[in-house]
Amino acid sequence: MKIIVAIKQVPERDAQVRIDAAAKWIEASDLQYALNESDAYALEEALQLKEKHGGEVIVVTAGPERVGQTIREALAKGADRGIHIDCDDLESRDALGVARLLAAAVKPENADLLLTGLQSEDLGQGQTGVILAELLDLPHASLILHVEKTDTGLTVKRELEEGWFQTIELPTPAVLTIQSGGNKLRYATLMGIKRAKTKEVRRANAAELAVDAAPVAVLERVSLPQKQKSTQILPGSPKEAATALVEKLKFEVRVL
Amino acid sequence: MSGILVVQEAGRNRISFEALAAGRVLAELTGLPLETAAVGDPNSTVFVETSGQPPVVAHAVQHPLLEKYTSDGYVLAFEQLIRKLEPSFIVFPHTYQSRDYVPRLATRFGQVLIGDITGIEAGPTFVRQLFQGKMTGSYRHPGDGPCFLSIQAGAFRADPPQAGTFTILPFEPEIPASAIRTKPGVPFRGSAQTVDLGSAQLIVSVGRGIKEADNLPLVQDLATALGAELAASRPICDSGWLPLERQVGSSGQTVSPKLYLAVGISGAIQHLVGMKGSQCIVAINKDPDAPIFEVADYGIVGDLFEVVPALTEAVKAAKQ
Repeated sequence: MKIIVAIKQVPERDAQVRIDAAAKWIEASDLQYALNESDAYALEEALQLKEKHGGEVIVVTAGPERVGQTIREALAKGADRGIHIDCDDLESRDALGVARLLAAAVKPENADLLLTGLQSEDLGQGQTGVILAELLDLPHASLILHVEKTDTGLTVKRELEEGWFQTIELPTPAVLTIQSGGNKLRYATLMGIKRAKTKEVRRANAAELAVDAAPVAVLERVSLPQKQKSTQILPGSPKEAATALVEKLKFEVRVL
Repeated sequence: MSGILVVQEAGRNRISFEALAAGRVLAELTGLPLETAAVGDPNSTVFVETSGQPPVVAHAVQHPLLEKYTSDGYVLAFEQLIRKLEPSFIVFPHTYQSRDYVPRLATRFGQVLIGDITGIEAGPTFVRQLFQGKMTGSYRHPGDGPCFLSIQAGAFRADPPQAGTFTILPFEPEIPASAIRTKPGVPFRGSAQTVDLGSAQLIVSVGRGIKEADNLPLVQDLATALGAELAASRPICDSGWLPLERQVGSSGQTVSPKLYLAVGISGAIQHLVGMKGSQCIVAINKDPDAPIFEVADYGIVGDLFEVVPALTEAVKAAKQ
């Protein structure tokens, strides 16, 4: 099975993101970055499928020089090779623009299966995989927790809302977007990190892929969210704050 | 039709009403007429139930191959309806179903879904969350062609349905059986639900801030002292630290207790939709900018490993 996993580098979960001077995006300098969480689950699913059925796992991402680090991390966990689409204007492209880049870069690979995480932690649009399926004219299933290879294709477990699930059968090649929690994530071993250094990372240039970069949906302004409620912050030491909260719970919320 | 088409989802009445409410906001801003569509038999109650306030024109999209949801079937059906009606805006409820097919449908028109929006402002400008709720983004759709939108649960106030007449127009798309590539199974419940968080009056909920499974007793002690049910955000259940049936959020249970005490939960939207209807929300978090404080009534900014034991003691003392 030849499996492509589209991954994304995003600001680390606890990173203090600040709005940039033009209020168009965030301050990209001195941010720590990490592999997007549901993409880590997509990679894990791919690696497990390869361990069961053999084949190859290829990771692909688009972004500036720094995303190379995230590709190396994926290679260290066990991916066989990487594709890095050099792109310095990723944030000005919309989901369709990014999916076009990925589609152009992976199409010649003729993979059996393409995986993405369900959604990114920065933009949270949750569309890349589904759009990729349309651009490549492949069937897809989204919010997948478990993948089983069958004689004719795949049987997958899809998460529905409020604790419900569904099984879907689909032929390959196909695109799946992977929900977090389906597997236990592995860590890179020292040997893996060492091996990753010698694995191939093919560079593709966004301009040479010749896809339409103009966004249909334009992010015009980034701002801080407006509070929905006025939160009363209880100050003081942990003990003082706890005592103040118990007072509130007793006399105002009346649950004690 | 150069108007607004609100696509509703049978069986998801509340959020379908909310999408309709968003459609009305857009209609007022743009002066465009509003129509609705849903998959279903025109004689079925889905239109009465989901279309809300008349007078409206509702399009009943029907085909035997749409009885079970598949993205291939829905994309094909709505592609044909949209080509026929040529609406300027198409508004969907943001559900697991719309997330599955609308990005694909929009791509067919060279468009991109502006998804999970929480507000519509003059322009029109569409507001959605970024960075797990830490930031807000304002989007415009400057070009020609239909603008695809989906509405976050709870973001628009759903008007209760009113009696009255409205016109239902049947629409029968052409769907060859070969176009449906996936074979969906019947939905099933994950595990026997032994915990009904939905009826709990008091909930103590724990998130990523707890760091390790070994630290959970700290929060369990607080829940026990309060007489509360213990719940969790998704990452805790993903890691297997607590069973899935204790998960609150879009993929878990929706709760509205008298008290929801969130410990070490940052407040990503997938969690907030499951608990923001709580009567009183208390948040304990080390990050003063955590989105959970946007919905909290009371907050303590601090290290949960210090605050929670102090709180447990204070609750015990108050109960004596």
